[in-house]
Amino acid sequence: MSTFEIISPLPGTFYRKAAPDVPNYVEEGQAVTPQTVIGLIEVMKQYSEVYAEQTGVIESFEVGDGDPVEPGQVIALIK
Amino acid sequence: MTHSLPKLLVANRGEIAVRIIKAAKALGIPTVAICSDVDTETMAVQLADEFCVIGKARADQSYLNGEAILNAAKETNATMIHPGYGFLAENADFAKAVEAAGLIFVGPDAQTIRNMGNKAEARRLAKQANVPIVPGYEGTIDSIDEALSIAEKIGYPLLIKAAAGGGGRGIRLATTAQELAKELPIAQGEAQAAFGDKTIYLERFIKRARHIEVQIVSDGERAIHLYERECSLQRRRQKVFEEAPSPVLTNDLREKLCTSAVRLAETIHYKGAGTLEYLYDEAIGEFFFIEMNTRIQVEHPVSELITGVDIVQEMLKIACGEKLSLHQEQIELQGTAIEMRINAEDPSRNFFPSPGIINELKWPQLAGVRIDTFVYQGYKVVAYYDSLIAKIIVYAPTREQALVKAQEALEGTTLIGINTTIPLHQWLLSLDEVRKAEFDTGTLELLLTDSIKLELIKGAI
Repeated sequence: MSTFEIISPLPGTFYRKAAPDVPNYVEEGQAVTPQTVIGLIEVMKQYSEVYAEQTGVIESFEVGDGDPVEPGQVIALIK
Repeated sequence: MTHSLPKLLVANRGEIAVRIIKAAKALGIPTVAICSDVDTETMAVQLADEFCVIGKARADQSYLNGEAILNAAKETNATMIHPGYGFLAENADFAKAVEAAGLIFVGPDAQTIRNMGNKAEARRLAKQANVPIVPGYEGTIDSIDEALSIAEKIGYPLLIKAAAGGGGRGIRLATTAQELAKELPIAQGEAQAAFGDKTIYLERFIKRARHIEVQIVSDGERAIHLYERECSLQRRRQKVFEEAPSPVLTNDLREKLCTSAVRLAETIHYKGAGTLEYLYDEAIGEFFFIEMNTRIQVEHPVSELITGVDIVQEMLKIACGEKLSLHQEQIELQGTAIEMRINAEDPSRNFFPSPGIINELKWPQLAGVRIDTFVYQGYKVVAYYDSLIAKIIVYAPTREQALVKAQEALEGTTLIGINTTIPLHQWLLSLDEVRKAEFDTGTLELLLTDSIKLELIKGAI
């Protein structure tokens, strides 16, 4: 089974959830489809959803909630 | 106090930096642009007399770095700093640091920024100036019991707002007493985390409201207004399409609304350009002040076109110590202006940012069309900042004619290489809701969740 890398296309701040007091969009071990939102990237207060783009299971998150990300950086792994 | 030989440092980027530099040039004031290390190719850097690279791409290392900006000002012997909008424009500490360094901050003084930046305090000052405010409680609330008893008087549904918030952030809704009890501590926690201040206040929630704001210019003693703008079409609390005047106000309401704004500006001895935001409840024909923005706003061009006043030039003149030369009787409202914000975003991918190189760019060559931008053919749009790359602004004698001109302007624009919100605006102009001005602040989001409409946008590309 191959591992798919979800890569950040943007520089910004990565969030695991829509707001501070709600649960994460997805957890490690959770099944996802291409349309599943797995997080947000914020650039200058504008938020963009990050989609799984694959069917599979989240193996791990490589970036934490509130961490900065750069274009090309791996956000999560799906298998 | 006037400084001889003024020199202006523009502490911003993008289209507003270009706008400010142009205004300074018109007044014969030499300019310094500051930029991050990825912004050295922007139009502002090319237009300014000098420029300084002050830090790395991320805003907190460059455009939000007050110390680096002040160092650049000292190195270049700048005497004035214009903060633009966003970034440090409403940062009272930065305004204070500029003044402490012996420079002029183009805007009101730090205390005024602080006062109006505190939404609860702004409501209190508005009330003092006899400006209608949204029914609510403008004191600070410490306990849930206190909140519940106050809420009884305001009525549900209501909004819990962070006093130090603004720009649509730090707001939670409570439709019942139980919800209020639950949301209050969360709101306080969020306010503390986001704004460093857990003070909150309560306000009645007006379900269907139009966002109408008044532009004022004031010299500390006397203020004038430049009429109002309507900015109800918003996506995720970001304005997309703005116009002046509001298509729904009667002359009587306009007079009451705009003179209330002048009254508040004079009450607080405001110095500079500012905007007072109101919610207009069309059902009952009443307006309510919600907050004041102590800066130039993105959508200022529509007010300039209907009055013939150059707001940025006025800001610079007032900052240099001049008294307001304009009198209200001279300011005539003529025609309609519409602004369409063009963002580097892909409407068919839920407005995902679309940075990249603009391979081909041609703006429309039409009378009554103004383009405020910082991009050019061959320019590489970077992803580090907000996605606004241009404003297409049209002006015509009537709203109907302005809508036609807006369509012609979009058709006359060639922009190839990145995705933009041009198709979104083409779609907006085709809607009955927009043509008849039948909208409120919830309309655009509602329309965008309709998948049929989304297909229309995709089809327009």
